[in-house]
Amino acid sequence: MSATAAWPQRALRHPSLVVGAALTLALIATALLSFVWTPWSPYAMNLDAKLLAPSAQFWMGTDAFGRDVLSQIMVGARSSIAVGLVAVGIGLVCGVALGLLASALRGWTEELIMRLSDFTFAFPAILSAIMMTAVFGPGMVNAIVAIGIFNIPTFARITRASANAIWAREYVLAARACGKHRLSITVQHVLPNILGVLVVQATIQFALAILAEAALSYLGLGTQPPQPSWGRMLSDAQTLMFQAPLLAVFPGAAIALAVLGLNLLGDGLRDLLDPRLSRQRQ
Amino acid sequence: MSVFLAKRLLTLIATLLGASVVVFAVLEVLPGNAAQVLMGPDADPEAVATMAEQLGLHQPALQRYAHWVLGFFTGDLGNSYAYGSPVWELVGERLALTLPLAILAMALTTVLALLAGVYAASQHNKLGDIGTMGLAQLGIAIPNFWFAILLILLFSVKLQWFSAGGFPGWSAEMGGGFWPALQALLLPAIALAVVQAAILARITRSAVLEVLREDFVRTARAKGLSQRAVLWGHVLRNAMIPVVTVMGLQFANLLAGTIVVENVFYLPGLGRLIFQSIANRDLIVVRNCVMLLAAMVIVVNFVVDVLYAAIDPRVKASDL
Repeated sequence: MSATAAWPQRALRHPSLVVGAALTLALIATALLSFVWTPWSPYAMNLDAKLLAPSAQFWMGTDAFGRDVLSQIMVGARSSIAVGLVAVGIGLVCGVALGLLASALRGWTEELIMRLSDFTFAFPAILSAIMMTAVFGPGMVNAIVAIGIFNIPTFARITRASANAIWAREYVLAARACGKHRLSITVQHVLPNILGVLVVQATIQFALAILAEAALSYLGLGTQPPQPSWGRMLSDAQTLMFQAPLLAVFPGAAIALAVLGLNLLGDGLRDLLDPRLSRQRQ
Repeated sequence: MSVFLAKRLLTLIATLLGASVVVFAVLEVLPGNAAQVLMGPDADPEAVATMAEQLGLHQPALQRYAHWVLGFFTGDLGNSYAYGSPVWELVGERLALTLPLAILAMALTTVLALLAGVYAASQHNKLGDIGTMGLAQLGIAIPNFWFAILLILLFSVKLQWFSAGGFPGWSAEMGGGFWPALQALLLPAIALAVVQAAILARITRSAVLEVLREDFVRTARAKGLSQRAVLWGHVLRNAMIPVVTVMGLQFANLLAGTIVVENVFYLPGLGRLIFQSIANRDLIVVRNCVMLLAAMVIVVNFVVDVLYAAIDPRVKASDL
């Protein structure tokens, strides 16, 4: 049986992959659905219907302004996905380029890039985001850039480590013996062979980006109102904990489920793409 | 060892200097005029000019940088714009909360993670293992500030065992004391620790499983040692190398995490000071606090590197 034909069956043997993929799909579907339909308007205030408990009419209740919580959570999924996509994109493009460069050129270029990425680790995402918002003001774009910058060294490190392993393979040595340029070896042989590792890492970084965005929005440094965001909803809910405790439960559960889904998906993909690694882990 | 230490020390100093240049550049050179940022875009131009004079902005950037770095050694970091008191004093007060909080959280993380990790490894592929790792997976996914809110909901709102926030202080004369202060830090420390413990438990489990396959473990079992003696006496010690490395990184994460969790519990620590200083546009405080946190992260990583070499002589050998 060819490897491609066995793929779906192999995928089904990894429960974490199935659960992770289902949760991630649900997250994406929720965000997409929110563009065309939400039970109520997430922005419309109705002070007669404020702080209502969950009911058939408002499945997750209403907030202090009478806005439907479910609708806000649905729209909030968009912010999380947008921040995750762009931040991981920034990290992926810059980090992979730097990692490939380090691995292809070795010597002092590699040393410089790796020392620089060590150095960037001294500024955890939240700290660099705080520095940026102190200078440029709070907002979603600054949050994205700060989280993205933090992703660069992670991708640079993992790319370099995996690429170095590929450069030592015989087929790469053969390509070099044939006089192929380092750039074409990188593009034709190295990059395609480390894609699996990168996909897995991207999923994990996506989850971390969602967490970071939620934390920044909770602090008021990320997504700004009236645009709903899960972190912001939690900070609003905290002031009403005695009157409406459930308000603090739903947005947090949404974050946790989204992150759980992406982490499980990453774990499952790693087991699927690199069976050697999963055997080692057992 | 001395060559190794010297090399690591040089890297430490270079990294600290690099970090100070970045913090200085981002917070002072980039925005153009720090006085304008401090006073807001609508401030009176004359007031801005006076402020710039007070901040010494007419001096060249290099001179201001040198003055700032020297301030870390002489203890003169300038005065806070919003509080009016010396930055050193402010930071010192706040560290008396943030450092104990981070250390308490790290202690909780270590105990929880080692117990859960070793237990899961000893139950490999059985229900206990799957259950523990499932919980760890959940722990990693939960944002620490949400967990903090859930803890407040349960222990403060529902059971009313703890106060929902605030800090009485360490001194009994000021209405606080050791135990009340520790009690106020317990929920925040748990909120910080759970996520990190979940990560560390997974790493402990795989490190322990790795060591369990070694020959010396079989020998230890063959000479009749109990499972417990083998696990805690032989296996864990050898599994500690990756665990200690991750713990260093985690302490850095815990320090950064205090920024958020201190805000959930209204704790007057370093994180909350940074956050309030941003709201007050108090750039001098932000700059010094960010530098201090970054420096702590860098120094912790340095200590981990050195510890790592002390535990595993192979690291030194390859580095020399």
